[in-house]
Amino acid sequence: MAFKIIVCAKQVPDTNEIKIDPVKKTLIREGVPSILNHDDANALEEALKIKDMYPDTHITVVTMGPPQAKDMLMECLAKGADEGVLVSDRAVGGSDTWATSNALAAAILKLGDCDLLFAGRQAIDGDTAQVGPQLAEKLGLPQVTYVTEFKIDKNMKDITVKRAMEDGYELIKIQTPCMLTAIKELNKPRYMSINGIFGLKNKEIKVWNAKDIEVDLATVGLDASPTNVYRSFTPAPKGKGKMIEADTEKEAAQSLLINLKAKHVI
Amino acid sequence: MNFQLTKEQELVRKMVREFAVNDVEPIAADIDKEHRFPVENVKKMGEYGLLGVPFPTELGGAGGDHISYAITVEELSRVCASTGVICSAHTSLCAWPIWAWGTEEQKQKYMIPLAKGEKLGAFGLTEPNAGTDAGGQQTRAIDMGDHWLINGAKVFITNGGYAETFVVLAMTDKAKGTKGGISAFIVEKGFEGFSIGKTEDKMGICGSSTTELIFQNCKVPKENLLGKVGEGFKVAMSTLDGGRIGIASQALGIAQGAFDVTVEYMKSRKQFGKKLSQMEALQFEIADMKTRIEASRLLIYKAADMKDKHLAYGPASAMAKLYAAETAMYVTTKAVQLHGGYGYTKDYPVERMMRDAKITEIYEGTSEVQKIVIAASVFGK
Repeated sequence: MAFKIIVCAKQVPDTNEIKIDPVKKTLIREGVPSILNHDDANALEEALKIKDMYPDTHITVVTMGPPQAKDMLMECLAKGADEGVLVSDRAVGGSDTWATSNALAAAILKLGDCDLLFAGRQAIDGDTAQVGPQLAEKLGLPQVTYVTEFKIDKNMKDITVKRAMEDGYELIKIQTPCMLTAIKELNKPRYMSINGIFGLKNKEIKVWNAKDIEVDLATVGLDASPTNVYRSFTPAPKGKGKMIEADTEKEAAQSLLINLKAKHVI
Repeated sequence: MNFQLTKEQELVRKMVREFAVNDVEPIAADIDKEHRFPVENVKKMGEYGLLGVPFPTELGGAGGDHISYAITVEELSRVCASTGVICSAHTSLCAWPIWAWGTEEQKQKYMIPLAKGEKLGAFGLTEPNAGTDAGGQQTRAIDMGDHWLINGAKVFITNGGYAETFVVLAMTDKAKGTKGGISAFIVEKGFEGFSIGKTEDKMGICGSSTTELIFQNCKVPKENLLGKVGEGFKVAMSTLDGGRIGIASQALGIAQGAFDVTVEYMKSRKQFGKKLSQMEALQFEIADMKTRIEASRLLIYKAADMKDKHLAYGPASAMAKLYAAETAMYVTTKAVQLHGGYGYTKDYPVERMMRDAKITEIYEGTSEVQKIVIAASVFGK
């Protein structure tokens, strides 16, 4: 039986291009190109690598967003994914992470069993890193976040991943079905291929509304979202770091001590 | 009438732009300086389908159209004209004539690896004494009964040093001249009596390989005749009609690339207390440059669209190539001027772009030849 992978992806504004309105303190979205979220591209790439090795692997990319998020799904399909699902409905608009994961979990349940659920660590617009883990909880799947290395056994059951921590790595063995979140160190995402672009006409993008995914409307959308955005702001730029130069380590340490004391840090 | 690109064409631009910016642009200055053929990127171009854009998938192609092909060459050339012409010569001048004129066996054997990008292609028409006067072929092919025997030499052959499949023109009946005297052949690298001669040391497109082809009693199998005996001039002329879309796209890409870096430069460069972008006289230069670029683009896409629709597009592609090549020279010269002294140094890409632009007025038919083609469409031949 074909190995089934579902990749969760999000269309996000390209934050390299984004500016913040100096008065309103909100993101200026006009004229900002939308892109496939970076970490999600890594999740898709890892799925595609499995498909490179085992060509009967089936990859579905699932997203929630406005109708134009279909463009991002087209890119995923042009890279090699088999089908796309866009959950799009006014009823799910304005969802926070909790409400989003309710909707996505419903869509994933509708897609049926899958062996591997892959998502990016976090989206560059919200940076919450919550939807992936929430999905795993709601779907009752074991999960490993921050995956930086991935290896699947020939039996398509046993997976070994390296999980990046702030101060080192964890090496974790996990079995399918499971949920993993990818970080950029995992791989280098491929480009679309020209063949993939012109093969789009043979692939399907399903567009589902709230009714299609049979989700409880009281658990999705803005009103159902417990998170409120209080204020957006541009963090003050950090000052430049100061390098202490000294002939010996001891002198350097003394100099550091004096500097910290002078600033009343210690 | 619809001036919107299709979703697929937009995605082709996005894909090729990403590839060009990430993989091609970073080495563009180096391959120019070192006169080095970018084998690593040509390999990737094959893997991603950039070397078979307009051909059907059954023959190893990407299943795209000629506007997408034009966009591909344009986007590659926007950052590196050498990489652009490698794609153009391979696609338009070698894979295309085999697709259009080849037998089913020739397509299976030669077209598929070319369109898949597994092998690179080249086209041999020009000779030391047969440039614009392409009918003056001195390379001879003699029917030896069970094979053809080719003797002669070709010059200025793009991709020469790296191609494995060549479409070569030779005289089979001198008395008949261009009307029935020239035939086309598919020659493989490694055929007995076929070798690569001198590599040209050029002014621009220095990352591309431009060589001589030498035929000394070169034995070519009978089945490698492309088209019928005597159809060679038709094969060559129909091939060049399409090739002009490729070269026009290369010229457009060069112009667009020079334009883009110049706009960025003008936004940061200050003189007399203000940015160059705030000076009206210089803004007017940018307006002229942009208008000509856009006009070139429309001429090219129109010719490409006509080709896809199997309309007679020869004069359209000649106009596109003439105008785009002149625009490339115009825009790159202005771009160097707007950069001032910096533009004359190799620290800025416009110096390379201006050198690269010049060839687009010369190869695959000089600007003068384009005018002959265009005028002939007005007054008749």
